[in-house]
Amino acid sequence: MNCCKTVTDKAQQALAWVDERFPLSFLWKSHVSEYYAPKNFNFWYLFGSLALLVLVIQIVTGIFLVMNYKPDASLNLAGVPVAFASVESTIMRDVWGGKYIRYMHSTGASAFFIVVYLHMFRGMLYGSYRKPRELIWLFGMGIFLCLMGEAFFGYLLPWGQMSFWGAQVIVNLFSAVPVIGGQLSEFIRGDFVVSDATLNRFFAFHVIAIPLVLLGLVTSHLIALHEVGSNNPDGVEIKKHKDANGIPLDGIPFYPYHVIKDVFGVSIFLIVFAAVIFFAPEGGGYFLEFNNFFPADALKTPPHIAPVWYFTPYYSMLRATTSDFLPFLWAFIALISVLTWRGAASCRFVRGLCVLVPLAAYWGFFGLSAFGLTVPLTALLLPGVKFTVLGVDLARGLDAKFWGVVMMGGSVMLFALLPWLDRSPVKSIRYKGVLVKTALVIFVVAFLILGYFGTQPPSPVGNILSQICTILYLSFFGLMPWYSRLDKTKPVPERLTWK
Amino acid sequence: MSLLNKTLSVALLMLALVGQGVVQAQEIKLDKAPVKFDNATLQQGAKLFVNYCLNCHSASALRYNTLTQIGLTEQQIMDNLMFTADKSGEQMIVALRRDDARKWFGVAPPDLSVVARARASELGSGPDWLYTYLRSFYRDDSRPTGWNNVVFPNVGMPHALWSLQGVQEARFAEVDDGTGKKVQHLAGLELTQPGQLSKQEYDEQVASLVSFLTWMGEPGQETRHALGWVVLAVLSVLAIFSYLLKRAFWKDVH
Repeated sequence: MNCCKTVTDKAQQALAWVDERFPLSFLWKSHVSEYYAPKNFNFWYLFGSLALLVLVIQIVTGIFLVMNYKPDASLNLAGVPVAFASVESTIMRDVWGGKYIRYMHSTGASAFFIVVYLHMFRGMLYGSYRKPRELIWLFGMGIFLCLMGEAFFGYLLPWGQMSFWGAQVIVNLFSAVPVIGGQLSEFIRGDFVVSDATLNRFFAFHVIAIPLVLLGLVTSHLIALHEVGSNNPDGVEIKKHKDANGIPLDGIPFYPYHVIKDVFGVSIFLIVFAAVIFFAPEGGGYFLEFNNFFPADALKTPPHIAPVWYFTPYYSMLRATTSDFLPFLWAFIALISVLTWRGAASCRFVRGLCVLVPLAAYWGFFGLSAFGLTVPLTALLLPGVKFTVLGVDLARGLDAKFWGVVMMGGSVMLFALLPWLDRSPVKSIRYKGVLVKTALVIFVVAFLILGYFGTQPPSPVGNILSQICTILYLSFFGLMPWYSRLDKTKPVPERLTWK
Repeated sequence: MSLLNKTLSVALLMLALVGQGVVQAQEIKLDKAPVKFDNATLQQGAKLFVNYCLNCHSASALRYNTLTQIGLTEQQIMDNLMFTADKSGEQMIVALRRDDARKWFGVAPPDLSVVARARASELGSGPDWLYTYLRSFYRDDSRPTGWNNVVFPNVGMPHALWSLQGVQEARFAEVDDGTGKKVQHLAGLELTQPGQLSKQEYDEQVASLVSFLTWMGEPGQETRHALGWVVLAVLSVLAIFSYLLKRAFWKDVH
């Protein structure tokens, strides 16, 4: 007994020694053991901690992969690129346990996107982006963008056919930027085609640059969250009702309650994760694409280049933006502008924008022609006169390809506007009305359809459906200020509901 | 039109041009490959692979001594399967020079280490593709090698196993392409000169070769599966206990 007491005393002394020099106990209390989170967290609230778990899995497995991976596009003795061989030969076969580490990393990439998409969907269900949590949402958007960067740069590293051609296609998109496009895509690649130079810089971005930014953003995301406190499925603020000690009545300490609950969630997640790693590491060709088992070959273009599944909704929107789709897109922009104009009687600046934006978009889409269907007006009035500045024909507007790229980037960024687009008086879907619920269902269906067609080769039916779904996707965000305000909401309880 | 559409159309156009030979691009049905991972089958496949494939193709991800996993001893491997290597830990790399190969076949024979994984598509699994491919060569005097293939039209590879299978010739039928134009469609292959093996024996041999190629794509796939059950069992125990723990802790939350 005495001996135990001495040990705990010593431990206490050691902790006191540290606490005088570093706020260890303070940090533990304020972020874990005395961080009060709502007690009615449901299934959807697991995905935050799961995302953190997957991040750790990716970093740890990534470190071990880097020990054996070689970012080298030259051919080895057997005529296989060194980078490809370092994955398929060294890591997958020669390194003890290497293939499990590799499968964890490749499955982890897909798992990361599944978890993060569900985490974002939770935010949309319960209005977690609403005041005062706008910054949490924006840091989250930053994390989402970093993840996309990680996935894109990392996908080149195995140096398979899909790695090579996927990077080639995506980097080529930058050549659609007016004036500087050509030089820009060359600058990104460091060569005229994707090559060893590209592989080396993508490796640097994948293992150093983006992970550093990612960790900073994750920290900021958590600090911001712990500053304002977690939202909950009812969307009520638990800090409004506190007991005599200043503890929220509906809150329970994160440790042990939520930690223990998350451990259960983690174990279920790991069962699914392990099932994929051990029984279907290729994920049916979605997690590891079959064509990527061919080494990169600059002379052989695969018949069908598709990005990995998590990029396909945005990729679909890129493909949907053809020149015959631009009139519909313009009509959509005009509609939003008219609606905004009507609602902004008091603000001249906003009204000015409502005129300027559709006009600028019209010129950008069609130049001086009638919706791109006729020749430019200038060709009729001043035949023979060129209006070309720095390679851009001012009479014709910009290429649809450029607008496709804008669409792809913009559709991702739209999520960042949610805190300001949502005008509903309530946060949670539980108290929202039929309008918002319908819009959310349409959005999810459109997103899934876009994702499906992104994996398929282009087809006329797929193209039209993608265009319809692109408009639906944009409408979910673009019309939100109106339908969320018109929606008939239910009264929100004072305290959270809990059975 | 986006750049990607352009890229894709160019790619499709190129494919169409490639397929302009006698055989029109038509729906290819792959036969199900009877893949077996028992030692006898894999050893038979290894023998075929070393004798018929390894003269031109490398399998650089595979080391000779990995074959101990299919029940061979190092001595057996060294005596019977190693013709160009000295040490059993060496990779299966072919002696053929790539530049020569390119001159002879138009393309350097690809490394086959993971070919069974690469050849999977919506048409069927990688082994199915290989199994059908290796049984679908036919005489075609318009090709430099004298051989063509149904699954891989205008392939650069000659029929390496012809002495076993014999010689097949293609039978074509005139088919209306829907616009009134008559096109030649492959109706089937016919064995015109028998080889050393009967059709059934040849199919069995190819099946063993395909099994070996599949095994080679990731040696120890079965260990991975077996280990998977252990991991799932351990995780299930964790899930049960963490659930019970959660229930115990949450008893006082009202």
